[in-house]
Amino acid sequence: MDRNGFSGKWGGAYIPEVLYQTFQELKEEYARCRKSPDFWQEYLELMSTYSCRPTPLTYAENLSKHFGGAKIYIKREDLNHTGAHKANNVMGQGLLVKRMGKKRVIAETGAGQHGMATATMAAKFGLECTIYMGEEDVMRQRPNVFWMEKLGATVVPVKDGSRTLKDAINEAFRDWVTNVDDTHYVFGTACGPAPFPEMVAWFQSIIGMEAADQILKYHGKMPKKVYACVGGGSNAMGIFKRFLEETDVELVGVEAGGHGADSGAHAIRLSSPDATPGVAQGYKTMFLQDEDGQMKHTHSVAAGLDYVGVSPILSDLWEKKQVRFESATDDEVIQALDLTMKKEGIIPALESAHAFAGAFREAGQLSPDDAIIINQSGRGDKDIFTIAHAYADPSWKEFIIGRGKEYSKN
Amino acid sequence: MLLEQQLRNALEKKDILLMTHIVLGYPSFDVNREVIKQMVENGVDCIEMQIPFSEPMADGPVILKANQDALAAGTKVEDCITFGAEMVKEYDIPFLFMTYYNIIFKYGEEAFFKRAADSGIKGFIVPDLPPEMGESFLALADKYNLAPILIYAPTSTSERMGELAAHGRGFIYCVARRGVTGKKSEFDKDFDNYLGRCRAATDLPLAVGFGIQDKEDIEALKGKADMAVIGSRTIKLVEQDGAKAVGPFIAGLK
Repeated sequence: MDRNGFSGKWGGAYIPEVLYQTFQELKEEYARCRKSPDFWQEYLELMSTYSCRPTPLTYAENLSKHFGGAKIYIKREDLNHTGAHKANNVMGQGLLVKRMGKKRVIAETGAGQHGMATATMAAKFGLECTIYMGEEDVMRQRPNVFWMEKLGATVVPVKDGSRTLKDAINEAFRDWVTNVDDTHYVFGTACGPAPFPEMVAWFQSIIGMEAADQILKYHGKMPKKVYACVGGGSNAMGIFKRFLEETDVELVGVEAGGHGADSGAHAIRLSSPDATPGVAQGYKTMFLQDEDGQMKHTHSVAAGLDYVGVSPILSDLWEKKQVRFESATDDEVIQALDLTMKKEGIIPALESAHAFAGAFREAGQLSPDDAIIINQSGRGDKDIFTIAHAYADPSWKEFIIGRGKEYSKN
Repeated sequence: MLLEQQLRNALEKKDILLMTHIVLGYPSFDVNREVIKQMVENGVDCIEMQIPFSEPMADGPVILKANQDALAAGTKVEDCITFGAEMVKEYDIPFLFMTYYNIIFKYGEEAFFKRAADSGIKGFIVPDLPPEMGESFLALADKYNLAPILIYAPTSTSERMGELAAHGRGFIYCVARRGVTGKKSEFDKDFDNYLGRCRAATDLPLAVGFGIQDKEDIEALKGKADMAVIGSRTIKLVEQDGAKAVGPFIAGLK
């Protein structure tokens, strides 16, 4: 990233003046942390004692046999504390907040995993915490809302715009410009104004560093391909960053195909012609917007991928053809999830299942001497309501109806 | 005539000028037309016309809702520019466009400047475009003689204010407090210190906005600022009492 926070022609910091000074302070503190080996050591120590780092790299033997091609390995970010890769970024920013002496944190959340992780960090570090979440996502991800509140955070449902992730980001910015003196905005993905994209990617790069060591240990050489789902892009940047150094490893980002690329109801920014360059939410990237520059409604079964923009670093890598982008539809994702549960006893999050769907399409074309890695960014049990609904599971419905009756009696 | 000169001329006759704000297409261009008529007839000195954007990050609930409703009603950027040109023809006061950078970026920076200049618009307020991000924007503002209105905030250091002043034209928009548009501001000692710093940093006229709601607020600014900005307050007024209520409200501010 250059002095003004651009990766190629993407990124920057398009922020209201009231935030200028706080961004200066953030950039300075971040630069100090980048330079300090002690900071990274403190971070590794925290992540290995408070969370489960390094997370395992699991050989998916049954899936590999099923597709009859490459050996499939799964990087298990679902086993990170709070159940997703999100904690990597949040705990890192938590250490930064402590250094800056701020007393309150705010965050946006889509799937609720980033909100969960932020509420957890705030509890551990003794910070006040407010989470902004689109009203539609509050409905989709009720279990995470419950846990955030129980962890002591205030969850604010955002009723503006499309009532999803982008609207939660706008509302978090409105809070930040009001309470800038004592508050840090824990941005959840590798998007937003600089230095957030680079900083979040840095904290997440721990995923790829571990995965590279692990694949060399188990497979003896680098993988052919690495797959990650792409919403904002933080888990993808996290696993890709280390492998960008390896020219023979193909990196594949899988976006949310929703009801299909031609349906208009999707969140495909880089692998469809629907997105165009734009500036919103503090940064320049490829946005799903109309010809006037108004942001469009997006759709995905996975709340965490249901977003109009994408990491400016990924837009740059896309433009330079260093990462290939694909998409998977809601239906393909449910099938991939089903297969992974049955074959491996692993439940990926709906977001992560996009990466699985992308990998499953291509695994059979490779030889058993080759390996691929799928980044399982999070665990799927948070999605129980959405997945059970998608399965139209009769016994689950019966349970919900019964519980509903029980509650309505009181 | 350039915006700054126009404001200075007006200042010869008044202690403080008044700038008002409307969201184009909200609730309709017809209502916008009536509201502007009422504003100008009752002595408003400058009007910022906001081209609605789907992600108005710096705006509070009132203007946010106005943006969303304007877009839901089908307001297009092209309609806004055409309407702006019509207002310039109709009235003698300076008109500005206020919008977020994506609207200009997507239209094409130079094309947008050209259209605005041809329409007689005097300047732009773009709250999410700091000068670091606006190199080409500022160059075009020079080329087309349109004023880029830069913004000061209470969090701006004096050094930063100096940098901003070097790029600003027309006037400086001083945000009265932290936060978004629409909430009441306190004009206390801290505020006076802040305005003092603003005055020391630039020779441009100072406008103060965010949370200015009544005559008392404007009185408090006399002698300290050159222009008071009323935004959310008139939007709420139109929502509650209709466009006709704007004239008496504006007249009552003096």
